[in-house]
Amino acid sequence: MGIIKTSKLIFDYIRKDEEENIEEIKRAIDGVSLDLEKGQFIAILGHNGSGKSTFAKQLNAILLPTEGTVWIQDLDTSREENLWEVRKKTGMVFQNPDNQIIGNIVEEDVGFGPENLGVPTEEIWKRVDESLKSVGMAAYRLKSPNRLSGGQKQRVAIAGVMAMRPQCIVLDEPTAMLDPNGRKEVVKTVHELNRKEGITVLLITHYMEEVTGADRVIVMDEGKVVMDGTPREIFSQVEKLKSYRLDVPQVTELAYELKQKGLDLPDGILTLDELMENLLPRFAERFPGEVILENGGSHGN
Amino acid sequence: MVIKAEHINYIYGKGTAFEQHALKDVNLEIESGEFVGLIGHTGSGKSTLIQHLNGLLRATDGKLYYNGRNIYEEGYDMRALRSHVGLVFQYPEHQLFEIDVFTDVCFGPKNQGLNKEAAAKRAKEALTMVGLDESYYKRSPFELSGGQKRRVAIAGVLAMNPDVLILDEPTAGLDPKGRDEILDQIKRLHEERNMTIILVSHSMEDVARYVDRILVMNQGEKVFDDTPKEVFQHYKELEAMGLAAPEITYVVQTLKSHGVPIDTSITTIEEARDEIIRLLGK
Repeated sequence: MGIIKTSKLIFDYIRKDEEENIEEIKRAIDGVSLDLEKGQFIAILGHNGSGKSTFAKQLNAILLPTEGTVWIQDLDTSREENLWEVRKKTGMVFQNPDNQIIGNIVEEDVGFGPENLGVPTEEIWKRVDESLKSVGMAAYRLKSPNRLSGGQKQRVAIAGVMAMRPQCIVLDEPTAMLDPNGRKEVVKTVHELNRKEGITVLLITHYMEEVTGADRVIVMDEGKVVMDGTPREIFSQVEKLKSYRLDVPQVTELAYELKQKGLDLPDGILTLDELMENLLPRFAERFPGEVILENGGSHGN
Repeated sequence: MVIKAEHINYIYGKGTAFEQHALKDVNLEIESGEFVGLIGHTGSGKSTLIQHLNGLLRATDGKLYYNGRNIYEEGYDMRALRSHVGLVFQYPEHQLFEIDVFTDVCFGPKNQGLNKEAAAKRAKEALTMVGLDESYYKRSPFELSGGQKRRVAIAGVLAMNPDVLILDEPTAGLDPKGRDEILDQIKRLHEERNMTIILVSHSMEDVARYVDRILVMNQGEKVFDDTPKEVFQHYKELEAMGLAAPEITYVVQTLKSHGVPIDTSITTIEEARDEIIRLLGK
């Protein structure tokens, strides 16, 4: 069994009027059974209101199942005695960095989590050190968080979670409020944590470009898991993704459009390099002597 | 022309330790009916600039004209200016506060001094423009989806009947479909009502697809002011400023660097598709 497992998970938002009569029940998660493997980088896609954030909140017991079960490394989240252990194992990072930073200086902010867990002082400082290094923010240790850029703030928030030594980090649209640079910074940091520290990552996002490097992509719609596979498997289904109000990376879409026009290309091209591998030989054939196959200059992201 | 800025300088916290030169000698002219994109990384001065355009910030130095009149001259009616130049802030749905959608949209025109009937008429028009029908009127703004809330907020500004609409990242946090819906609606306002639009965006793909002209801000200065095709040719300089070009620009530039005789000013998927098919003689 994986690090996170859910079985027939259902969650209802219940709205009541002043007299506690139930006015409306909205099913946000509708029978989700998933088994997420330790050490993987998993991306969850879905449009606004598809249930992905509600799902994320189930993973460290901010919300508890209406029906079904969530296990974090064998711990059932709905049992109160497991609450602290569950929250230690999965750390959450949210969209707005300004809502998550509480310390006056960066090191204080990062130390807050472990201090709250009752970690001895010396160990706290050690963890603060390591966490800030792991997100590349060690140089900002004594700076005030409100002088940092959005991407830097988000990295501090991630360091704060890392300092609690979780097994798994759940990031709920961590880049939605950032500019392109900040977005790249954060995604790169998360990939490094996954690769170097073996942290299981669950990244919830709208940006298709952030998903191409994941091990597994899960698509949610109306509270259900509707697609589940590798990025290539998912992004080769352009029309299906669009029917779920989603998109594909621009390079993927271009390859898809070219294929529609009769160019014989493989499905699910994800990167510029892959596209070039497939296009350049054709151009070399069409313009002999003019087009060279090896890299003529350094371009690309 | 509708907006003209001459040598605009703005300094935050002048005379304090935090003094910051946020706008440096910015000159620009925007014609009526233009669809302009404004890009720049966080802290480049773009938000400061748009707040000048409807008089929320006053330049430390320089002149700003709206329809030929200097807005800094004595007796200029700033209230009227703010009706003419509508500004939709980032995450505008945080500013919704009324009990239902219709009342919320009526707030602006009522505040302009319109009576109840006139305000209601404006609200109806504005909600229609953003694609929300009567079934939404009596709903609480807080129970709508993110994209719907944002449309209500935009309608709130449209109800004040502006000639110029400035939107600060209107699609931040929306899913791809929601993003397209909002941008298509803005495009329709531009086409059908000839509204002048200034769109602040972090998405180069969106800018490439929708606007006629791009202004690029960097460290308080206007560094580029041209068509998307021209601006994105400078993708290396844009990268140095913490920006990027649309993904498609990288596709055509890479092909070109390998000797493919492709037009490097291409910025959209459709153009790239047609050009590649043409070159390969399919």
